[in-house]
Amino acid sequence: MAEKLDKGWVEIDGDECKGCGLCVEACVPKVLKLGEGLNRYGYHAAEYEGHGCSGCGLCFYVCPEPGAIRVYKRLRAAA
Amino acid sequence: MGKQLIKGNEAIVKSAILAGCRAFYGYPITPASEITEAAAKYMPPAGGVFLQAESETAAINMIYGAASAGVRAMTSSSGPGISLMQEGLSYLAGAELPCVVADIMRGGPGLGNIAPEQADYRQVVKGGGHGSYRTIVLAPDSAQEMADLTALAFELADKYRNPVFVLADGMIGQMMEPVEFLPQAVAPPRHDWAVEGTAETRKNLITSIFLEADELEAHVLKLEEKYRRCEREEVRSEEIRTGDAEVVLMGYGIVARLLKSVVEEMRAEGWPVGLLRPVTLYPFPVEAVKRLAGQASLFAVVEMSTGQMVDDVRLAVEGRRPVEFYGRSGGNVPSTEEIIRQVKGMCARHGVMAQEPELEVAHV
Amino acid sequence: MSDGGLDPVPEGMEILHEKAAAFYGRYERKAELQHQTHYCPGCGHGVAHKLLARAIDELGVQDRAVLVSPVGCSVFAYYYFDVGNVQVAHGRAPAVATGIKRARPEAVVVSYQGDGDLAAIGTAEILHAANRGEPITVIFINNAIYGMTGGQLAPTTPVGAVSTTSPYGRSIWNEGYPLHVVETLASLEAPVYLERVALGNAKQVMQAAKAIRRGLENQVKGLGFSLIEVLSPCPTIWNETPVEAQKRVREELAKIYPLGVVRDKTSDAPMRPARKAAPALSELPKLLEIEENGVRAAAKADSSVDWRIKVAGFGGQGVLMLGEVLAEAGLDAGLEISWLPSYGPEMRSGTSNCQVRLSGKPVDSPLVSKPNVLIALNEPSLRKFLHEVVPGGYVLYNGAAVPEDCRRDDVRVIAGEFARIADELGSSKAGNIVALGALLEAADVVGGEFADQALEKLVKRPGWLALDRKALQAGREVVQKERRHDNE
Repeated sequence: MAEKLDKGWVEIDGDECKGCGLCVEACVPKVLKLGEGLNRYGYHAAEYEGHGCSGCGLCFYVCPEPGAIRVYKRLRAAA
Repeated sequence: MGKQLIKGNEAIVKSAILAGCRAFYGYPITPASEITEAAAKYMPPAGGVFLQAESETAAINMIYGAASAGVRAMTSSSGPGISLMQEGLSYLAGAELPCVVADIMRGGPGLGNIAPEQADYRQVVKGGGHGSYRTIVLAPDSAQEMADLTALAFELADKYRNPVFVLADGMIGQMMEPVEFLPQAVAPPRHDWAVEGTAETRKNLITSIFLEADELEAHVLKLEEKYRRCEREEVRSEEIRTGDAEVVLMGYGIVARLLKSVVEEMRAEGWPVGLLRPVTLYPFPVEAVKRLAGQASLFAVVEMSTGQMVDDVRLAVEGRRPVEFYGRSGGNVPSTEEIIRQVKGMCARHGVMAQEPELEVAHV
Repeated sequence: MSDGGLDPVPEGMEILHEKAAAFYGRYERKAELQHQTHYCPGCGHGVAHKLLARAIDELGVQDRAVLVSPVGCSVFAYYYFDVGNVQVAHGRAPAVATGIKRARPEAVVVSYQGDGDLAAIGTAEILHAANRGEPITVIFINNAIYGMTGGQLAPTTPVGAVSTTSPYGRSIWNEGYPLHVVETLASLEAPVYLERVALGNAKQVMQAAKAIRRGLENQVKGLGFSLIEVLSPCPTIWNETPVEAQKRVREELAKIYPLGVVRDKTSDAPMRPARKAAPALSELPKLLEIEENGVRAAAKADSSVDWRIKVAGFGGQGVLMLGEVLAEAGLDAGLEISWLPSYGPEMRSGTSNCQVRLSGKPVDSPLVSKPNVLIALNEPSLRKFLHEVVPGGYVLYNGAAVPEDCRRDDVRVIAGEFARIADELGSSKAGNIVALGALLEAADVVGGEFADQALEKLVKRPGWLALDRKALQAGREVVQKERRHDNE
């Protein structure tokens, strides 16, 4: 049930990501990592572990690709 | 409107504003400064922009900005400043932006002097910037033509989306003559390609960069096609007494004015001379030269330089006839007597004789 | 966005951050890989682009935005930004932005420049745009190296740093010190907002977001020049991982280039006055001082008229003015005219001359090499030009008599102390008009009424006009007296 209490969610476009790792570095709860395998362009694209996102959005800000990361935040009503 | 006595340089500005020019960016330089000064005076009340730039480099790039935004824009300078503008002109041509540049030529190279010369021909007509591009070049020989050809320059600049030069020398710029302006002011046109900072123009892009080889080649060929069209449609020249001329005098700008006197005086003495004056230096009146090369036995080119346009005459003549040259430099303007002596010398070298002098025709 | 392999978004979530609307969805201007930028992994440009796009979104100015991108890695910014785009020459963006902003004051113009562009080749353009207070927003990416061209020295490269063109390290003796742009611009009066930010970590990026938004907002509010310098990583050329490069921005660059606001006049900057509305097209001729119909005589002059006049004297004697009066009068009289001032080398030696042709036929050469009228207002001019005068021509000389060795029997010589006569009337400066009066009396160049009209047009001050009219009459009297003398 811990997932349901997460304040945020991160969606990463594995094709747009170039695996620079700046999001991993910036992530406060440390729930982002670079993937083990290479994406089709030869990068270790970042991945979200699937739980623990605080919805702070820092990963989005430090990411150099315009659309590689989308950050969600839990609706107030639903929180 | 009536005629008014006005300097060629000032006529350019009044005509430009009537032709819809609403942006002038420039840097003063003798003998073109009256253009900048007149623009400073007349552009703001006409609802336009005037700014004295920090350099000719900045000025031509401000023109690039105004032209990108779809405004009819112009600048002016003389030799040294035109040299600085060449970078920007290459970009303007590459990005297919219209603008008008008036070059009031002075003596060079280097600082040279401020007296009239015609030694910017190569850098203006042949394009002093990098890349395969051309600039359209109009060469007025009177204050009236400073006005008329400036108005035409804006039309051609828009028609071809390309920089257009009005190329004159210090004397044409400084001389006052009666000028009659356009009867009606032209409304500044709008361009659907411009970047105006509006929703309708948001998708527009002004650029001269084409990274892929094929893409750039296609762009360059597109420009080339435009220049071919310009060569077909825009050639302008004036001919005086060429119908039966054995000697074709050629010169542009102030020299053409001198040559008009030369033709009159030599004809009165029976010399079979005529004048071909290019009004457009690019496109050059190649066909007119070729036609005259079929009938005449000698071309005599006079320039206030050591010979620049003469190269184009030789190209057009294609070796079919001798092409002689007489030039003065440093600000020296040849007198008609001096030119007549020279032309007679050329005639002697090539076996052209004077015929029976023409009878004085009484003026009615 | 999703390639289908992602976990579904849990219920109850709303989007907090996603790609800005000011970006194109797909980068169709790019030849390939249209779903991602051309920037290297970890590049600061991508981050700065996002901050700018976000500010454009937040301020709601996407339609009004015009992005000016010069040479550098960001030359292709137009691939990404769904705004008006103008790509320009190296270093010239502030000049181009000036041209755009002044042409379209409603446009929100952003000049996006790198350190080679702004701080080396374009220093004149940025300095003067800032000094004029151009109401534009400049984003200045300082990564202390030339990235696009492969790692050459930038004006902002740290001392000691190795680059391909400073292989032994930047030396203060060879390349000087790193250039501090915002501090330099802060020495100017006009800039409204100058701040240096960095992309060294998330906190710095958040500050950069605020600064860039501020810089853009200033323009939207109609304030003046804003520039945000962004210390930015270049992992590829620095040969570091993106994380290491970020650290270098924080720990090295930010020490050389202190972060913070160095200028904020946003609360007390004077508002730029709005440009006046453009006049109606029909008003332009009047605004341009173009004369209306009917001013000039319609009468066609005799086609045999051919006056070739040379006026010469010292600067200040009214040589050009005298020629101008003749030209204006000739125009009124229906003649063809040219007026050519001395110009060029002569202009600098203190002497002055002008050449006027008044002709019944179109004027071919405006040069007068064989005058039929010479007005010599001093002796050197007489000596210089007397020999040119054609037989039967007129010579007017400002002196009691021409010198002995200047006599010519084949021309009509009128000598008079024109300047002295004018001096007695009130000012020696009207000596040129006395000479004109003498000419008009001696030769039928133009009718007196036309000369009077020309004076009225050219002489704006009533006191001078009255004096010139007297001078004109006095000049006529010189010739009349001479004529009476001859008849006696």
